[in-house]
Amino acid sequence: MSQPRTIVDKIWDAHCVRPESSEAPAVLYVDLHLVHEVTSPQAFAELRARGLNVRRPDRTLVTLDHSTPTLPPRADGSLPFANAATAEQVAALERHCAEFGLTLHGFGSGTRGVVHVMGPELGATQPGMTIVCGDSHTATHGAFGALAFGIGTTEVGHVLATQCLLQRRPKTMAVTVEGRLNAGVSAKDLILHIIGVLGVDGGTGHVIEYRGEAIRALTMEQRMTLCNMSIEAGARAGLVAPDATTLAWLRGRPHVPQGASFEQAATHWLSFASDQDAAFDREVVIDARSVTPTISWGTNPGQVVAVDGALPDAGDAATRKALDYMKFSAGASMLGEKVDVVFIGSCTNGRLSDLRDAAEVLRGRQIASHVRMLVVPGSDQVKQQAEAEGLDRVFSDAGAEWRQPGCSMCIAMNGDQVGPGQLCVSTSNRNFEGRQGPGARTVLASPATAAASALAGRIADPRAVAPRSERAA
Amino acid sequence: MSAPQASTIDPILQVRSRVALLAQENIDTDQIIPARFLTTTERAGLGRHCFADWRYDAQGHEREDFALNGAEARGAGILLAGRNFGCGSSREHAPWALLDYGIRVVISTQIADIFRNNALKNGLLPIVVDEQAWQQISEQVGNEISVDLEAQHIVLGSDAVIPFAVEAFARQCLMRGVDQLGYLLQLDAQISRFENKSEAA
Ligand code: SF4
Repeated sequence: MSQPRTIVDKIWDAHCVRPESSEAPAVLYVDLHLVHEVTSPQAFAELRARGLNVRRPDRTLVTLDHSTPTLPPRADGSLPFANAATAEQVAALERHCAEFGLTLHGFGSGTRGVVHVMGPELGATQPGMTIVCGDSHTATHGAFGALAFGIGTTEVGHVLATQCLLQRRPKTMAVTVEGRLNAGVSAKDLILHIIGVLGVDGGTGHVIEYRGEAIRALTMEQRMTLCNMSIEAGARAGLVAPDATTLAWLRGRPHVPQGASFEQAATHWLSFASDQDAAFDREVVIDARSVTPTISWGTNPGQVVAVDGALPDAGDAATRKALDYMKFSAGASMLGEKVDVVFIGSCTNGRLSDLRDAAEVLRGRQIASHVRMLVVPGSDQVKQQAEAEGLDRVFSDAGAEWRQPGCSMCIAMNGDQVGPGQLCVSTSNRNFEGRQGPGARTVLASPATAAASALAGRIADPRAVAPRSERAA
Repeated sequence: MSAPQASTIDPILQVRSRVALLAQENIDTDQIIPARFLTTTERAGLGRHCFADWRYDAQGHEREDFALNGAEARGAGILLAGRNFGCGSSREHAPWALLDYGIRVVISTQIADIFRNNALKNGLLPIVVDEQAWQQISEQVGNEISVDLEAQHIVLGSDAVIPFAVEAFARQCLMRGVDQLGYLLQLDAQISRFENKSEAA
């Protein structure tokens, strides 16, 4: 019998064009390359300078998300870009797609979206694949049992030209979540809790496999939220082994094989799951029952606290600096802090189920008059489905702005910004200083916590507004 | 506009320069180069935005309280940084900005994976040292030290020598200015064989 292998080992071994040696890294084949406008222009320029083509346009999926406006087109049909630079960045990718023969999921395609929302909903993301993108949240696709990770622009050029990357095999870490999550606790709360336990550099050099009863019980959208933030613990990637939940989600999607070939593919996909006795370089166990609604208080995603908990004491310099930037007092409660902006969206929490969670809290209610709330669907398809269910009206009636799909306030490149000193409760993934605009203060939270905070105009516990038990279908 | 040039990196063998210090831990790529400067389609000229929100106040004036604005840090080519430098996004604009700003070497007790990878591809040398060595180097802030990539060690003014290790392939590429894309392109036939085999399966 061969040695038991982890899912990472199996995917790795199946994609080595050339194995690694002491002198050289492995040449790893890439099944799917996702491309967006911010990290690609210099890579296309490199190809052009060398007279190279894109090796596999059929394995390259391109969209526009970071720099794109979330306001609808003007009366004359033009898009309200924030400035000339963002407009040019979008135009450049449109030109590159035409020049290199790539299909662009752009404006008017009906399939445009935040790159990590779009790939899975098209069924392009499949178990056992290697997936890369010039974007650190590529680990989102790990929810399907794919080895998916972020790369830089030079490597984007390598993949465009050769469909390969030079890589050393990563270490593996098992994060086992035992027991079931309590009612009212979301995947976002769980991953914030996990990052708090591991620390922002706890996963460095590793790929995390999330496993255990609580993980098996998560839906695909929840698994995507979880894997999405693996990078915030420093991990190279995060993934969940494929199972019946994965197959059910994939069946019938445009890029997925149909009929008998689906069954064949399914058997192949399931074979990637880690073997029973596979060994990991590191193992961490989390008790699901100990997780409560969790938010960030500081300026990195490892600085987290239960929403109804107390801020830390001003112990070390880093804590003091973060408290200072956030204008919070050591030892105080976060509940009741005045909120200026609420953002629902991003590749972490911009999917249909996230919008439903937020809408359930808001339905028939009004957000506080001093709060500006933006709801930004993760993709054209999410937007369309949400509107078909009337969620857009729930948000508008509550006083929130319903926008066009894109990254929006997650990275604040497109003009959607939080003002200096303003406090934003955000369903995105990063609370770094200035991430949502210079001087902006960010509290990361689940869609339910964000919506509850919009109602109160202050940081609020979602369990106090609309208990999950009454909302669950 | 001039014709685009395929990018090559200058070989690095040794860097002798002054050391500047940013002791803070977890310096993320949003601090190294804030997202609003990522709208560029070029890689040149990002140095002026490097650490923009720490370097300048709201009026665009240099802040006196930022370490790299101090006289002894100006022109320093070696940056000693707190643990987990470069965490966050995959933006290669971070090493581009640092290089354009004049930094050739970053030393820390831990450097985030994607940043380290991006740095190595651009001729910015990321070096990981242990806590004790970090302390030793921190005593040299403002002084010149030598980083020798060939010997894989740092020589401090006092002649103290601190060894470090860089992944073998990346080191060879840096020392010889090897172009990694060129290396991959030579494997074309092998990549085709792999594709034929795996797509037939
Ligand atoms: S939503 Fe945010 S994290 Fe996700 S791809 Fe866009 S900018 Fe990056």
